[in-house]
Amino acid sequence: MGYFYPPHSINCSKVKAEQNEQALLKGLANNDSKAIETIYKDNFSMVQAFVLNNNGSYDDARDVFQEAMIALYEKAQSESFVLTCQIKTYVYSICRRLWLKKLQQLGRFSNQVDNLDETVPVEEDLEIHEKRNAEFAIMDRAMKSLGEPCKSLLEGYYLKKMGMQELAAEFGYTNADNAKNQKYKCLMRLKKLFFSQYNIGE
Amino acid sequence: MDDIQLLANIENYLAGEMSPTEVAVFEALRKKTPEIDQMVVEHKLFQHQIADYAATQNIKHTLHEVHARLLENDDVNEGGEISAKAQVVQLWNRYKRVTAIAASVGGVIALVISGLVAYFSPVVNGNQIQQLSKDIEIIKRNQQYQGSLINEVKSKIPNGVTVISGGSGFLIDAKGFIITNAHVLKGTAAIVVDSKGREYNASIVHIDTKKDLAILKIEDEDFEPLKSLPYSIGKSNADLGDEIFTLGYPRNDIVYGVGYLASKTGFNGDSLSYQIQISANPGNSGGPVLNNNGEVIGVLSTRQAQADGVAFAVKSKNIFECVNEAKDSNTILENIKIPTHSNLKGLQRKQQISKVADCVFNVKAFSKK
Repeated sequence: MGYFYPPHSINCSKVKAEQNEQALLKGLANNDSKAIETIYKDNFSMVQAFVLNNNGSYDDARDVFQEAMIALYEKAQSESFVLTCQIKTYVYSICRRLWLKKLQQLGRFSNQVDNLDETVPVEEDLEIHEKRNAEFAIMDRAMKSLGEPCKSLLEGYYLKKMGMQELAAEFGYTNADNAKNQKYKCLMRLKKLFFSQYNIGE
Repeated sequence: MDDIQLLANIENYLAGEMSPTEVAVFEALRKKTPEIDQMVVEHKLFQHQIADYAATQNIKHTLHEVHARLLENDDVNEGGEISAKAQVVQLWNRYKRVTAIAASVGGVIALVISGLVAYFSPVVNGNQIQQLSKDIEIIKRNQQYQGSLINEVKSKIPNGVTVISGGSGFLIDAKGFIITNAHVLKGTAAIVVDSKGREYNASIVHIDTKKDLAILKIEDEDFEPLKSLPYSIGKSNADLGDEIFTLGYPRNDIVYGVGYLASKTGFNGDSLSYQIQISANPGNSGGPVLNNNGEVIGVLSTRQAQADGVAFAVKSKNIFECVNEAKDSNTILENIKIPTHSNLKGLQRKQQISKVADCVFNVKAFSKK
């Protein structure tokens, strides 16, 4: 049950990653959809083939790939970030790790075969990524149990980066100050919800 | 200062939106009240968390958008067209176990069914019946043997012809008409050899492959017609358990065999023949099967290959039918007189044999060139 079909070419250059790739990563860090699209196009079918060939579905392939993209995004954001190999290699390594783990959890995969695919060690990065995922899950739960209009108000403020004036108009507050007041109330509740979970989590 | 005001102040302080005097006041407050100090640290952490959360949510959103866009532009496929191979491999991997189980179950069922079919289906004919004519090799051997044994008599088989088949035959008329099996006569002509090794030329008068009977006529000036035949040809059916005997030429010398009538029908219920229990070999074909009274009840023809001693004989009444049919087309048969009275009744077997042996011939069929 454990055959791996490695992508045709992964060349991990130990030399500094190419400038082009650096630019792409910078774009990814800034949530630039053009850069994301390029990375997506270049790497997705490889990951898809890997997942499909190893007991996965199209949906699995998409989830795994996007998870890897987020991990890469997180890495690209940190200031100390230097990618020592090609994006392709990194993404493939992350996806491979993620998918094998998933398979093990599902019990669909029993004996992992040592293989000669060129990969880079990603365990550490994934650990950080998972810790962050856990934190985000807490935030997500807190947000969802907040209820309306607090949830939409805070999403508008933090996710959509809307100004108080805009929010007041959108939600029908008479002025920005009232909206701001309401935002603080909601924020206090969110903090309460978040820290009740977060402390337990710690 | 109520909670909301405090929160607003902390946000402003963290965002650096306070005037220097306000900052000084606020920092003094932080120092004085550890709770507020704690709140500031906590809020800083929270702000960091929610900013990361927001950024990640946004990137997820972008990823979904990009995915949808690429899907629309066919840069990404999710329907199997991308690589049929991948899909096949995927399906194979997914259903490998099911397939394996199904295949084994199928195999077991196939075995069981074939076993059942083999068990319940009636035994098919196949090569279970062996005609008792000798093959060429045996005959060749016989010829050599005979040649060396009887030097003074030259074989009447013409030079350069191949002997195709051989068997036994016996007289049904003292003038030289011999009955044998149709399968014995595979060639176009034949010679017959009597028990004393004398050869006579014979012509094939009639062949009835349906009854597996054939009539030969000795046409040789050396042949001296007999006054009468010692045995009779039976017209009625014989009875089960009748003791029978036969004379034939499984080899170059005449061979006697004894047995009993086992069944009134032949192989697979064939009503034209009897089943008899007798030791018969290739070469016995065409030999007479007689009962104790010296009545011919059949013509030994075949045996069952897989069973020991099980042989079959064409019923003697077929001889009459065969002769009658042949009479229509052959004027030569007009005067044929099949014996209906046996002179062997009450005689000892040895005497019976010595009288019958004179009328039993070794038949060798060959093709004229």
